[in-house]
Amino acid sequence: MLRITCPFCGERDQVEFAYGGDAASVFPDLADADLDRWTDAVFMRDNPRGDHREFWQHQHGCRQWLYVVRDTVTHEIKSTLPAREPRRAAATHEGRKG
Amino acid sequence: MTHYSAFALVRKALGGNRGWSRAWRNAEPKAGYDVVIVGGGGHGLATAYYLAKEHGITSVAVLEKGYIGGGNTGRNTTIVRSNYMIDGNTRFYEKSLRLWEEMSHDLNFNVMLSQRGQLNLCHSPAQMDAAARRGNIMRMNGIDAELLSREEVRRKAPILDFSDEARFPIVGALWQQRAGIARHDAIAWGYARGADRHGVDIIQGCEVKGFVWERGRVVGVETTRGAIRANKVGLAVAGHTGHLAKMAGLRLPIETHLLQAFATEPVKPILDTVVSFGAAHFYVSQDDKGGMVMGSDLDGYNSYGQRGDLPLIEETMADAKAIIPLLSRLRVVRHWSGVMDMTMDGSPIICKSPIDGLYIDGGWCYGGFKASPASGWCFAHTLAKDQPHELNARFTLDRFRRGYQLDEKGMGPTPWAH
Repeated sequence: MLRITCPFCGERDQVEFAYGGDAASVFPDLADADLDRWTDAVFMRDNPRGDHREFWQHQHGCRQWLYVVRDTVTHEIKSTLPAREPRRAAATHEGRKG
Repeated sequence: MTHYSAFALVRKALGGNRGWSRAWRNAEPKAGYDVVIVGGGGHGLATAYYLAKEHGITSVAVLEKGYIGGGNTGRNTTIVRSNYMIDGNTRFYEKSLRLWEEMSHDLNFNVMLSQRGQLNLCHSPAQMDAAARRGNIMRMNGIDAELLSREEVRRKAPILDFSDEARFPIVGALWQQRAGIARHDAIAWGYARGADRHGVDIIQGCEVKGFVWERGRVVGVETTRGAIRANKVGLAVAGHTGHLAKMAGLRLPIETHLLQAFATEPVKPILDTVVSFGAAHFYVSQDDKGGMVMGSDLDGYNSYGQRGDLPLIEETMADAKAIIPLLSRLRVVRHWSGVMDMTMDGSPIICKSPIDGLYIDGGWCYGGFKASPASGWCFAHTLAKDQPHELNARFTLDRFRRGYQLDEKGMGPTPWAH
């Protein structure tokens, strides 16, 4: 069982949360019509074995979206931040290559 | 090598069962091969077997980091079926089922295929409509399918919950008679033995750590047992495709997720079909030893850890109890999990990669076991001819860019929900 420390509610069981997927992909500007950039953002994944940046929603709690860094081998949760500004949150971790 | 037959069995038994030869050689790696297959599971071994048998390419090595049959081939619920609906999937999975049907004779190895049929339960009239549509599409593709009423389902599987208290009443089912279960290890052992007989080297305990490059082309692999050169390198490492592709600098439309499965203590025969629940994602069959083999959803978050988590165990047991109440009296004696390549549309990838010399067979989500024979058959064709067979022509990497996803469930790029 994962225990996720919600920045608003404290440490809770994983069953209170809904998974929101990979947080590393950032969508292009909506005016950007480049097919490759959209394909990359919507479909391609780094799929790391190790630290993974991901969204969770505290669905059965404060309903806030969170930005979590978790190890995909050990399942250890490294950090949890509010996801209001994923780009800003992403900047606090090592940037994605390419 | 001993040809297996009733006669051989009797003869060896009279001789005290001495003199059985090994099923396959434990080969040492050579300096180079025409084709190197990475991954010694059902898919990789089937690929090597069909490369030799169908295309006459016998300078082939299969590299396995652990031991044969120790990965996802031994971590599934052994269900075999071909009830797919989308063009591109339908005929591929039917080819696979037909290869299963002839496999024991073809390989001279009993894979214990038991075509006991599968009930896909429906719990509402709307689900019956969807099942009728699926069944009609299957029949138009030459695949057997039959729509059953509640009473017909009751006759086939009386232990399902037909009481007035059932939380999800059974309205009917879509039935595929030719579906069933097979012996999971046997497919790895049988293909390994068959490939070995054609001269394929099966190299265990050999982990790939990188690729050998020449002018931007892959010309071999770096392994824990030295470099091995190859004209073509094929990846058949579903669960870890992303990890190996990354060594080649490729980003893929794949996430790695966990799937758990369970077996209970053995009991007398109570269920002689495969049953899949229609109200939640749950499937169950009774194995030859009497244990109830069950599986359900993914754990739901990206993971490479080959161990499951508790919430999904609770969910699976709740599903089990909802459809077969007496299962709540059984103890679970074994529980395992495997890592899955989950693609963005829930369908696999068998194609040349954008890198010369590198070919990919992966993205099997949690449907890889039944697909093993056709996967190997199509991947062998792709490797030998440098172009896909008609049956795997749609399993390309660029289908996502072109907008031709094969999304059987209609979930979009949320791989943990497929």
